[in-house]
Amino acid sequence: MPSPVTATESIDAAQSAPHAEPVIRIRGLSKSFGEVRALDGVDLDVAPGTVLGLLGPNGAGKTTAIRVLATLLAPDEGSITVAGLDVVADAAKLRSQIGLAGQYAAIDENLTGLENLTMVGRLYGASRARSKERGRELLERFELLDAADRPAKTYSGGMRRRLDLAAALVAKPPVVFLDEPTTGLDPRSRITLWETIEALVADGTTVLLTTQYLDEADRLADRIAVIDHGRVIAEGTSDELKDRVGGERLEVRLSDRSAADVASKALAPMSDEPPYTEDGVVKLTVRGRSGTIVEAVRRLDEAGVGVDDLGLRRPTLDDVFLSLTGRVAEATDGEETAA
Amino acid sequence: MRRLVSDTMVITERNLVRLTRAPDLVLAFTVQPVMFLLLFVYVFGGAIQTPGYEDYKDFLLPGIIVQNIAFGGFVTALGLNEDLKKGLIDRFRSLPMARPAVLAGRTSADLVTNTLSIFVLLGTGLLIGFSFHASLVEIVGGLGLLLLFGYAFSWVFALLGLLVSSPEAANSLGFIAVFPLTFISSAFVPVESMPSALQWFAEINPFTIVVDAMRALWVDGQPAGNSVWGAVVWSLVIIAIFAPLAVSRYRRSAGG
Repeated sequence: MPSPVTATESIDAAQSAPHAEPVIRIRGLSKSFGEVRALDGVDLDVAPGTVLGLLGPNGAGKTTAIRVLATLLAPDEGSITVAGLDVVADAAKLRSQIGLAGQYAAIDENLTGLENLTMVGRLYGASRARSKERGRELLERFELLDAADRPAKTYSGGMRRRLDLAAALVAKPPVVFLDEPTTGLDPRSRITLWETIEALVADGTTVLLTTQYLDEADRLADRIAVIDHGRVIAEGTSDELKDRVGGERLEVRLSDRSAADVASKALAPMSDEPPYTEDGVVKLTVRGRSGTIVEAVRRLDEAGVGVDDLGLRRPTLDDVFLSLTGRVAEATDGEETAA
Repeated sequence: MRRLVSDTMVITERNLVRLTRAPDLVLAFTVQPVMFLLLFVYVFGGAIQTPGYEDYKDFLLPGIIVQNIAFGGFVTALGLNEDLKKGLIDRFRSLPMARPAVLAGRTSADLVTNTLSIFVLLGTGLLIGFSFHASLVEIVGGLGLLLLFGYAFSWVFALLGLLVSSPEAANSLGFIAVFPLTFISSAFVPVESMPSALQWFAEINPFTIVVDAMRALWVDGQPAGNSVWGAVVWSLVIIAIFAPLAVSRYRRSAGG
């Protein structure tokens, strides 16, 4: 069995090579549960040392994809390799090359933080002493050293997630899968976890993460694959996806919410798509930038609509999601972040 | 194979450390059987005829220890189900560890808790007047047989824990399955006192065979006969059936 250290070295070598082979290569991945087609012909590549964000609503197939990649679930169809190893044929070998942090903090609540990490280290095949040492290292890095000898059941939600992520990194795996790493965390814990993930990637780890949060994908992912109903419906960098949606976005905050229909009608000629309204704000994609605001003010004035605020902005991933799926991305409301 | 042994030891250790952090669980597994023993001896004891035994205590103790040991596997069923729910099984399955180790570590930890509960029950029994009519070899042999039978049942509970949707379901299904088995046996009353249909079932019930073997070893004061071999064979057959089923279920198990 290759030691985790050699695995890290080999990936470092792969990274320095130009046009490196993808570390994760997915072709034609399909998986059904009974009648439900959870994944329906997914193709994806992840280059070494980069982050791919798998973005989609609940039930889009994100978790199923992670479970296949982490050897927990056999695919129905498709050829999937991670670190050059087939997820089915080489599953046993592959497991020493990957780390998994799931949607729920998969830690033993009755063990202390250090005992949890030591256990995982030993299950990767390291000695007790070495596992303990590595455990302490990680606890320090994740700012959990003070809580090292406390049972994990006394940890806060954020601390549990950090411990869970630490457990995924025990063997310094070259590839890490994170399934909705910050779902359910408070804003501060989210940002701490984001910083940790960024540091991980800076060290050369390849990461595939799933998220329902557009800001999370925007911040962490080098490339984003938007997934819906088991299919990849768009893929690219955050900027590419935003360009795909096209144009600048005009947002008009109305003084009187009931004027939304009148305002939409007045502004409609400025866009190729019908404007939509969210929380008293009329939003539309406009064709050009120059003169847009003047024209909008004139049109709204003629229609007799009062305006509190009005501005142009680049499209966000929310817009991308909306324009690709025809639905507003879920789980973004009520989640204010300071990012 | 070396990995299987070392991974199993890691998981066993984990399960035993957990027990020290949840002492109420240990209490539940020792106080409850003692309560059963005392209730049976002092409430029913006077009314139950046990021909061939001087005292109902001598008749009952092997039976109640066997019943208790079969329930020892509950720790495995509940623990595995909790691990499944909390995503720990997913973590373990994503690690390069020996596949059966999570289950073997559970069932091995049961050996320790079972040993503890045997000694508590036996100690209580001796205090209230149970007496061995056996050689040291027979006493130790009896302990070994109890642990073997308990280990076999831990594998039954391992499969149960992986199949059911919640610890509550594991609890009640396990109870429904095991409780009648222990009662329709020679554990508490002589089989001859039952209606003939029950008698027929009780005689082929592995619990009867194991309880009879324990009585032969500890109380009867005669050379232990076929029942001991029958009990060993039954235990091995249960392991041979349920361990592979549980491991294969574990390989496929999908967490919460």
